[in-house]
Amino acid sequence: MTTTAKRGAAPARASGSMPDLRYTEAEEELRGVVRGLLADRSPWPAVLARIETSEPGDPAVWRAMATELGCAGLLIPEDRGGAGASYREAAVVAEETGYAVAPVPYLGSSVVATAALLGSGDDLLTGLAAGDVTAALTVPFGQLPPRTAQGAARPGGVRVVLHEPGDPPRTMRLSGQVLGVADALTADVYLVPADGRPFGLCAVDAAADGVTLAPVTSLDATRPLADLVFDKALGRVVAVNEEAGAGVLAGLWAGAAMLASEQLGVAQRCLDMTVAYVKERHQFARPVGSFQALKHRLADVWIEVTQARAAARYAAACLATGDADTPVAVALAKAACGEAAVHAAEECVQLHGGIGFTWEHPAHLLLKRAKSGSIAFGTPGQHRTALARMAGLPPAGQGG
Amino acid sequence: MLTPDQTAADDLRKRVRAFLAEHDPASLPRLDFLHARFDAGLAWVHYPEGLGGLGLPRALQAAVDAQFAAAGAPDNDPARIGIGLGMAAPTILAYGTQEQKERWLRPLWTGEEVWCQLFSEPGAGSDLAGLAARAVRDEEGERWLVSGQKVWTSMAHAARWGLLLARTDPDVPKHAGLTYFGCDMTVPGVEVRPLRQLTGEAEFNEVFLSDVAVRDADRIGAVGEGWKVAQATLMNERVAIGGGALPREGGMIGLAAAAWRDHPERRTPGLHDQLLRLWADAEVARLAGARLRQLLAAGQPGPEGSAAKIVFARLNQELSAWELEFTGADGLRYDDWSLSRPESVSFFGRGPGYRYLRARGNSIEGGTSEILRNIIAERVLGLPTEPRTDTKVPWKDLPR
Repeated sequence: MTTTAKRGAAPARASGSMPDLRYTEAEEELRGVVRGLLADRSPWPAVLARIETSEPGDPAVWRAMATELGCAGLLIPEDRGGAGASYREAAVVAEETGYAVAPVPYLGSSVVATAALLGSGDDLLTGLAAGDVTAALTVPFGQLPPRTAQGAARPGGVRVVLHEPGDPPRTMRLSGQVLGVADALTADVYLVPADGRPFGLCAVDAAADGVTLAPVTSLDATRPLADLVFDKALGRVVAVNEEAGAGVLAGLWAGAAMLASEQLGVAQRCLDMTVAYVKERHQFARPVGSFQALKHRLADVWIEVTQARAAARYAAACLATGDADTPVAVALAKAACGEAAVHAAEECVQLHGGIGFTWEHPAHLLLKRAKSGSIAFGTPGQHRTALARMAGLPPAGQGG
Repeated sequence: MLTPDQTAADDLRKRVRAFLAEHDPASLPRLDFLHARFDAGLAWVHYPEGLGGLGLPRALQAAVDAQFAAAGAPDNDPARIGIGLGMAAPTILAYGTQEQKERWLRPLWTGEEVWCQLFSEPGAGSDLAGLAARAVRDEEGERWLVSGQKVWTSMAHAARWGLLLARTDPDVPKHAGLTYFGCDMTVPGVEVRPLRQLTGEAEFNEVFLSDVAVRDADRIGAVGEGWKVAQATLMNERVAIGGGALPREGGMIGLAAAAWRDHPERRTPGLHDQLLRLWADAEVARLAGARLRQLLAAGQPGPEGSAAKIVFARLNQELSAWELEFTGADGLRYDDWSLSRPESVSFFGRGPGYRYLRARGNSIEGGTSEILRNIIAERVLGLPTEPRTDTKVPWKDLPR
């Protein structure tokens, strides 16, 4: 996953041609059913009510999404019970989970954990595809995806410790902690990158001895984080060394790209909601949406969403074909969609006026999802810094 | 198996090859070659047969142009006849009579007849529909006599024809009293004067019309329908200004990136940060342009082109301002203030000071960015118009 650019030469697209950045009819159909389900089963008053309970996810909604619509197995091959679809379709579902600010573990389980397992073809994929099991890759949600598999297989918070007598083969004992993991609270299995010789990626049962899960009061309560502590917890080895690093890497890059699409969905929802509101809200005896001061701001949001959409589609298309330009595409998309979502959500609050500042109105759900999502898997600034290297634009003070 | 599109592309490739076999680009005089290419339907394949096209999808044209270029064939100097190709031709195709299409399109495409646009007036810029140039029909009804002043007319000094929007009925509300004509620029009463701009040169002209005779046969669209016809021209203008497929770093960002790579001694952290943001924005805009062209491949330009134009203007302005600042003390020098008359605008081949100054016009020409935001807000987002006092009263009664 590295791209090198020679000094003085613009980085060229490896495959030369521009992929199709539109949505196919099948993708639009998929969007329609996911949007319909989430609008029906997870409308925002339900999301708002749920964040004040101790159960962060909505198991019924997730079951419907995962099994009835097959969203859990979208990326999993058909011979494992999945749909064998690509990141293009997965991105459309991500947009809709953002559009609904849905409290479901789609990103953490069906994208990040699934992508981490696809390379090794682990048996867990069958359960994930069926929607019987959810998994979480135990990497901090705020972590910028590393550039290489070697980078992914670096010391984290969890170490491999000594086996205990009677431990089965192909297992490891793990100790340590990982802070701020997304979609861990509802996960049945944790995929734990563990530092040792060899570096391992292990599947740890959430209910196993030696696993402690502490919910974090999170900026985005619709996707609450958790701190995980492992104390000699027994894990089944999924992959080791380079293969384990490649799995972690694949999970995080897929996560960053699909999170960009999710952010696009958040931005679109903010825009739709705000446009609808300013058409209805009257002040000075006319709809406030007739004032140019507001129209121009919404036009700017629409432009930003339009631009971000192209970046998100490009990233999904590159990831779907394993294009050599994927690192550039994902960094662009994560930066553009993150900023578009935050800007759209801030405008959503502002243009709603007083009601937008209340707890009872859903604008804050979108704002918190937008800001959290823009920080997760690398901030826009971090991704632009990564682009500097790929684009051959070295920082000040560095020759060449 | 080939899709119908691939089959069409394949057939077209063979057709161009056969044409080139019969018409040697190296030995045929340039105009003879261009005439033959037009008559073979290979000028613009999406136009109808008999009018330079073959009635094929617009998306196939790029490959045809590339095939001719690869064969070393002469082109029609598209930069010089941009208004004809980008605005006059689609308008004539949509609203012209069969006779007009047959008379105008062939010499337009070959570049034998240059077109200009007689729309804006000193008193009618953003409020184009308020224009005052008056066209009065003579008693036989065969001719119109036109008097008034037009401004910002590029290529008027070289043009054979002008796209003229004139007021034919001052007694009705302003949008209803306009009619659209093709105006022969060589007849008596047409006076063209250079209009010097803040860069020092004169790309544009003022055109003074004094009892200019325009044949009724050169009217495009019905009397009083000029506003509707003009909309088609303007939509195409925005696509032309915002569009164009470029490789990565193909636009003004390429100049900024090259300057950064060539001058390590001028680099500062602040400018690096700005450059990375601009690089990412330019690349995302390029992707959005590609996506827009994919969406347009089948259909007609809509208000979406306005977004591309706003983004293009902002990027050009920010990039050129960045580049001038990066140039440092050398940026205090300017290359040339003399009154030249360029036939087409190019940001390349001049210094960063010129680029900075010329880019200021990008958010004014072809619809100011503020007017374009209104268009997006009203036609894309469906927001209400500002309350207006000028649309229901006769034009002659409006304050001015």
